[in-house]
Parts: sequence; structure tokens; C-alpha cells
Amino acid sequence: MKGLLDRQFENGGVIITRVDDLLNWSRLSSLFPMTFGLACCAIEFMSTGTTVYDMDRFGMAPRATPRQSDLMIVSGTVTFKMADRIRQLYEQMAEPRYVISMGSCSNCGGPYWQHGYHVVKGVDRIVPVDVYVPGCPPRPEALIGGILKLHEKIRNESRVKPTALENLIAKNG
Amino acid sequence: MDNARLIELVRQVAGHAGELKNAIPLTLVIDAATLTQVCERLHKNPEAYFDMLTCITGVDNGTEANTMEVIYHLYSIPFHQSLMLKVIVPRENPEVETLTTIWKSANWLEREVFDMFGIVFKNHPDLRRILMPADWDGNPLRKDYKHEETYRGIKID
Repeated sequence: MKGLLDRQFENGGVIITRVDDLLNWSRLSSLFPMTFGLACCAIEFMSTGTTVYDMDRFGMAPRATPRQSDLMIVSGTVTFKMADRIRQLYEQMAEPRYVISMGSCSNCGGPYWQHGYHVVKGVDRIVPVDVYVPGCPPRPEALIGGILKLHEKIRNESRVKPTALENLIAKNG
Repeated sequence: MDNARLIELVRQVAGHAGELKNAIPLTLVIDAATLTQVCERLHKNPEAYFDMLTCITGVDNGTEANTMEVIYHLYSIPFHQSLMLKVIVPRENPEVETLTTIWKSANWLEREVFDMFGIVFKNHPDLRRILMPADWDGNPLRKDYKHEETYRGIKID
């Protein structure tokens, strides 16, 4: 399959597109994840970056600082001791920023859901989450599935103020 | 050195300090008061030479028994011998003398037992929590432990 820039364009190379489409396309084609892992899920995250699964084909290169990252993949068990640090890292990221919650632990507490006095029962209690990837740990294919789901979400974003609801209210009085 | 010789040797260095149990590894139940003295002898004796403290564990026997235990795992590298020492302390104000003066590895191991069970190691150079956050309330592995509702505004449940 050929990408947008592989195609040949007519009209002297001039493309007409919407600002939304252009910005969304550029954002989703270069999601930089933060180099950050918490537990065994991080091993699968690392595998996703290897040549076998090749995260780079989505334009993803891990960045060493939150200030250069667009995406935080919370891969592993979130303990209360770590919770403040995760929140701080999230706040240091520049907007637009996205969060993937990877694995059962960061989704809902995982095996520690009942007796884990030290585990936050879901990272969504600290930071807003865009995509949840189930599994314990999820295979790299599953994480890539989550990344594609996030692509879909970004593709449908809009910088235009939503008017559908206002129109509906105006119509029904 | 076989087991019989070790039993004899432990009797010799530890005196009649404690009860000897023929478990694997060989287990010696001793008084909290004699702990340091026994350990020093086991460490220094050229025949025993327990030069390595591999593990310290805590046990909470519950409110009914009303006791706690501290268990030390010793190992002698030249003689390939293991020995377990057990100290039984009351649940109210449990206190044991530190072993950091003999084995440096006791430092963090004792901090872990202090963190999880609230057992105080007297004369420890740096007795702080090691696993839980510093502002955490309670000792999680005690039988009567009830966690708080929230920690820094995050619900625990």
C-alpha cells in the first residue's frame, strides 16, 4: 500500500486539503512515545520497538524526555509511590498529548485488584486515558492494535468548535 | 560438615541460649536479648564462620497468639552450611537489636521488616521505610492492617 506522499500529483504538485486532515495526519504519523516502563508490560513495549514488530513504521521513535513526547504508554503496575511521578510526567508533556493504558494492571489494578494495598486501581484515576489495551501482558500485536485505535481517534479530531449539539438545541427550542 | 556436627557446633557457640529445631535448614529459636551475642559467635567462630546474612523475614502470628517473629537466614560460604535463627517478640512494641554491626546486608533487610511489620530494630543506623512511601500509614503485612480510604487524594479501595 502506498502512502500519501508516494502518489503522483497532478496540477504542479498542489494539494488541496482541509486543515483538520493535514494536522491530524501529521500528528498521527509521528507519535513520539515517552521512554518509560513500569513492569513486565514494558518488556512487550520494548519488543514492539524491535525490528520484528517495527514501531518505527508508524513514525514512532521513543523520546527520552516528556517534553518531546506526544504519547505516554503506561506499561505496567502503577503503585501509589509511582502515582505522583506519573502525574508529573504527564503534566510535563506538551499538548496535544495522548495516553495508552497498557495491560490489566494499569487498566484496573489487574491481579492486585483486591488485596493490592499498594496499587492504584487503574491509571485513569490519575491521568486521562485515550486507549485501553487489555492483556497480561498484551502481546506487541495488541499494543500495535491500541496504537492504530489511537490513530483512528486522532484522525477524527477537529479544531472546529462542534456545532451539531447547538443546532439541535436551537431546533428543539 | 554434616548436620550432627553443625548441631553440636551451634550448641557449643550458642550455649543453651535457645531451643534447637531439626528443620531444614537447622533452626535455632533464641531470645531477643541473646541475639547479638549468639550471632557474633556464629560469625566469628572459625569452624562455623557464618559470613553471610541472606535474608530477614517477619511473621505476624495474629492477635490470638499475640506474637511476631523475626527470622534470620545465615549462610557459611566456606562450609556450605545454612542456619535459621528465629526470634519471637510480643506484638505490642516489638523490638529487636540490629545486626548491622555484624553483617552490612542487615541494613536494608531490617528496614523492609520494619516497613512491613513495624518491628523496631534498635541502634539501626537508618531505620526508615524502604518499600512504602514515607508518608504511608500503617504496616501492610500486619494481620490487623486496615488501609486508609485515600492516599494523597487517590482512592485506595
